[in-house]
Amino acid sequence: MTEQPSALNAQLDRQKATDMPDLLIELFSEEIPARMQGKAAEDLKKLVTNGLVEAGLTYASAGAFSTPRRLALSVEGLLAESPAVKEERKGPKVGAPEQAMAGFLRSTGLTEDQLEARDDKKGQVWFAVIDKPGRPAAEIVAEVLEHAVRNFPWPKSMRWGTGALRWVRPLHSILCILSDEAGAEVVDLNIDGIASGNTTQGHRFMAPDAFSVTSFEDYAVKLKRAKVVLDASERADHIWADATNQAFAQGMEVVEDRGLLAEVAGLVEWPVVLMGKIEEQFLDLPPEVLKTSMKEHQKFFSVRNPKTGRIEQYVTVANIETADQGATILAGNGRVLSARLADGAFFWENDLRIAKGDKMQPWIDALENVTFHNKLGSQKERIERIAALAREIAPAVGADPDLAEQAARVAKADLSSEMVYEFPELQGLMGRYYADAAGMPAEVGAACEEHYSPLGPSDDVPTAPVSVTVALADKIDLLTGFWAIDEKPTGSKDPFALRRAALGVIRLLLENDVEIGLKTLWKPSVVMLISQLKLSGDTSISEDLLSFFHDRLKVFLKDKGIRHDIIDACIAMEGSDDLNLLVKRAEALSEALKTDDGENLIQGFKRANNILSKEEEKDGVSYELDPDPKFAEGDEEKALFKALDTADGVIKPAMGQGDFATAMAAMAQLRGPIDAFFEATQVNDDNPIVRRNRLCLLHRIRVICGGVADLTKVDG
Amino acid sequence: MRLQNYWAAKGCAVMQPYDMEVGAGTFHPATTLRSLGATPWAAAYVQPSRRPTDGRYGDSPNRWQHYYQFQVIIKPSPPDLQELYLGSLEAIGIDMGVHDIRFVEDDWESPTLGAWGLGWEVWCDGMEVSQFTYFQQVGGHDCKPVSGELTYGLERLAMYVLGFDDGNEMPFNDPDAPIPLTYGDVFREAEAQYARWNFDVADTDTLLQHFKDAEAECARILAEPADDPKTGRRIVMAQPAYDQCIKASHLFNLLDARGVISVTERQAYIGRVRTLTVACADAFVQTAAGGYTPEPAA
Repeated sequence: MTEQPSALNAQLDRQKATDMPDLLIELFSEEIPARMQGKAAEDLKKLVTNGLVEAGLTYASAGAFSTPRRLALSVEGLLAESPAVKEERKGPKVGAPEQAMAGFLRSTGLTEDQLEARDDKKGQVWFAVIDKPGRPAAEIVAEVLEHAVRNFPWPKSMRWGTGALRWVRPLHSILCILSDEAGAEVVDLNIDGIASGNTTQGHRFMAPDAFSVTSFEDYAVKLKRAKVVLDASERADHIWADATNQAFAQGMEVVEDRGLLAEVAGLVEWPVVLMGKIEEQFLDLPPEVLKTSMKEHQKFFSVRNPKTGRIEQYVTVANIETADQGATILAGNGRVLSARLADGAFFWENDLRIAKGDKMQPWIDALENVTFHNKLGSQKERIERIAALAREIAPAVGADPDLAEQAARVAKADLSSEMVYEFPELQGLMGRYYADAAGMPAEVGAACEEHYSPLGPSDDVPTAPVSVTVALADKIDLLTGFWAIDEKPTGSKDPFALRRAALGVIRLLLENDVEIGLKTLWKPSVVMLISQLKLSGDTSISEDLLSFFHDRLKVFLKDKGIRHDIIDACIAMEGSDDLNLLVKRAEALSEALKTDDGENLIQGFKRANNILSKEEEKDGVSYELDPDPKFAEGDEEKALFKALDTADGVIKPAMGQGDFATAMAAMAQLRGPIDAFFEATQVNDDNPIVRRNRLCLLHRIRVICGGVADLTKVDG
Repeated sequence: MRLQNYWAAKGCAVMQPYDMEVGAGTFHPATTLRSLGATPWAAAYVQPSRRPTDGRYGDSPNRWQHYYQFQVIIKPSPPDLQELYLGSLEAIGIDMGVHDIRFVEDDWESPTLGAWGLGWEVWCDGMEVSQFTYFQQVGGHDCKPVSGELTYGLERLAMYVLGFDDGNEMPFNDPDAPIPLTYGDVFREAEAQYARWNFDVADTDTLLQHFKDAEAECARILAEPADDPKTGRRIVMAQPAYDQCIKASHLFNLLDARGVISVTERQAYIGRVRTLTVACADAFVQTAAGGYTPEPAA
């Protein structure tokens, strides 16, 4: 095994540099699920080091490790004992009632003659000075470790035998030693009959005997001798290096899969990489089927032949070195794989027959018997709605309505196929294979594969118009459906992933520049739902769903640096169900507000708006007439009239063309004139005509700015 | 046979299969009921099991609607249960020196039994050869102490040990006997017949009625008072009630294979069977075997 730079080596290096005591802990158990090991090691580190520091034991560094059978923690440069502390506590005044004194003495554990009287602002006050002596590290470690074991945050834990202790699987031994130059001492503790010691065991089959250790370095070295690689990342590196080397030697390449690598590294203490061939008869299966079957059932890596692009071999990782160089193990694994792939090939051939012969129709018919949701009918009914909707919205997306409808009809057919029944994660992808096999247009196949996308915030968004159309129709039907039966997400509960669906719609519309109002988009869907399912709901769900979308949009845009209040200011405007329009407006406003003028304009606008609102309320009238420049008195007032005319002349046409940036910039230009006006002018002039004219002028500011966005909603 | 001898030598009572149709060895009262309460217990037995939906008309190399499980149950679970288990593999000829044995996370849950546990599926060179479970709850009761359960799929294990890819080709008697018989010779015909009956012919109305009958009888048995008026003894009839529960469970499996249970109904049926199991478990802990001790007379 080659030496790799790793966390473990770094740990060893650090350790040599210090002469304070080091702590080594190992919790040895039956096999810990691979997926839990990494977090468990970190949790052990956190629980123990936090506990130590809390008790006053600081340390230089710590490292945690995991294998299938053990969690280990090395803490070095620990204080030999916690520092003594003097704690001072202020008590009652000298001469305070007896009761107060008694209480203070009780809480400090002192007698009256041990107290000190000190001068305070208001006279003499009793002070208690409590000496807390330092405690030896071993005592603290024992307490902290016991607490950590008893309160370990396993995702699932169990009891065993007659005990009440909980661990992920039965816990067998605890190694816990403090070591310094003088030697190692066992930290005494006993947790429900499991006593600490200084021994552990090696590999289950290759080196099962117990051995004792004196330090972390000694532990790591002896473990390796006993066929255990302690560091998971070292195991993973070794597996990857060996797998790629073996593949390279045969002109092959290993298909990268980090999740699988981490999992496999958690299934072995001593990784032995073996490479085998897939039987010739299975090589024509879709590569995704081979890969999924090998990964899910066998935890094999796929090995690709770069010349043919096919997956032809596999890598399996054993936990043992054998006299026959793994021949028996490889043969056994090969047999299991062949049986699995024989199943896969059987499904594939049966499916292809239905795809080619019957154009997938039996699958679609079978979906009639699959309930989508008991209030929303069968999958087949849902597909009919999606198909009709896809046809309606296709023009807005720029897709051919016939193709969109056809794609929507077959997009979920593969749910009835045998392959998807066996491997649900291949849904969509198998649909593409089968649509292609059925001789359908390529766009249809692509839509089968892509219509579930995007599944998350970082997932790719389809761009082909037919795929986009079906993806939109699928998600819109899901949302309107659950809105119609009032099964909306609440708090952390979103069992039907409706938030994800809404985000999907948002990303599909924005990233493909589809300019269509959401209400237009889902209107046919709502109508269909109500008639098809005889739901009592009415179209009022539309408003509620729109505000749900706006909430999702806020979350989405917040990640892009656009503030909530800015989005609110734009949502309040007409046409805000067209998300592209809404986002462009919000982006422009956000940009405008970043400028000095923009930011200050908000102040000026609010001032104008507030004065106007107040006076309107007081007078019981609306000052909506056009202000007349002939009543303008000062230069500033005249300038404002001019500036408003100029701004209006720019903003109106710009808004008409959806050029928000120009409109916002023109609006920001008003900042100077508005500020100057307020600086120089008293709105509530004694002359009622002048006053009314000025209020009408403020109204004009309100109208011009308000046409761009609802600035009253902007903070600041 | 060698498994039996091994576990007998390790102190397990070797028992016979339960004489009812069950879906798995776990349903045997020696496991479900005996895992309840504090009384120590150790048993090993073969259990023929039926899973109607697994029927493949005898054509599959490794799937049958009727198959055999070997089951070991020990309460409390001994600390060296993993080593004991590995010893049993050695006993049937699996050499730990050349094979790759792995304990891969597999949590067990039986909604119909109201039971769950944590453990592994055990892999030998990538093939699952056993289930290894520490029972945490059975029939809605926390297991105190915890039982350790081992389940071996006998056909698969035999295929592995004998080196057969198709289980139907395994010899069922001495291949040199005057009449050599394979597994397929013994079972293939019946597999086809049951597959047809399970999937297409079984009368669903009758099955449904039987299900309801078993459900009612189970409740009726448990409603009887603990003290038997005839003998004057305390006799809680947990096991006869549990028999009805086993029946209901198998009838549910048959109805499922006939495809007449929808996804939503499925949950309801499972819930009904669980209600029965839980009631039986409640009754069993009221028996002496279940740890009941009569209150001292005043």
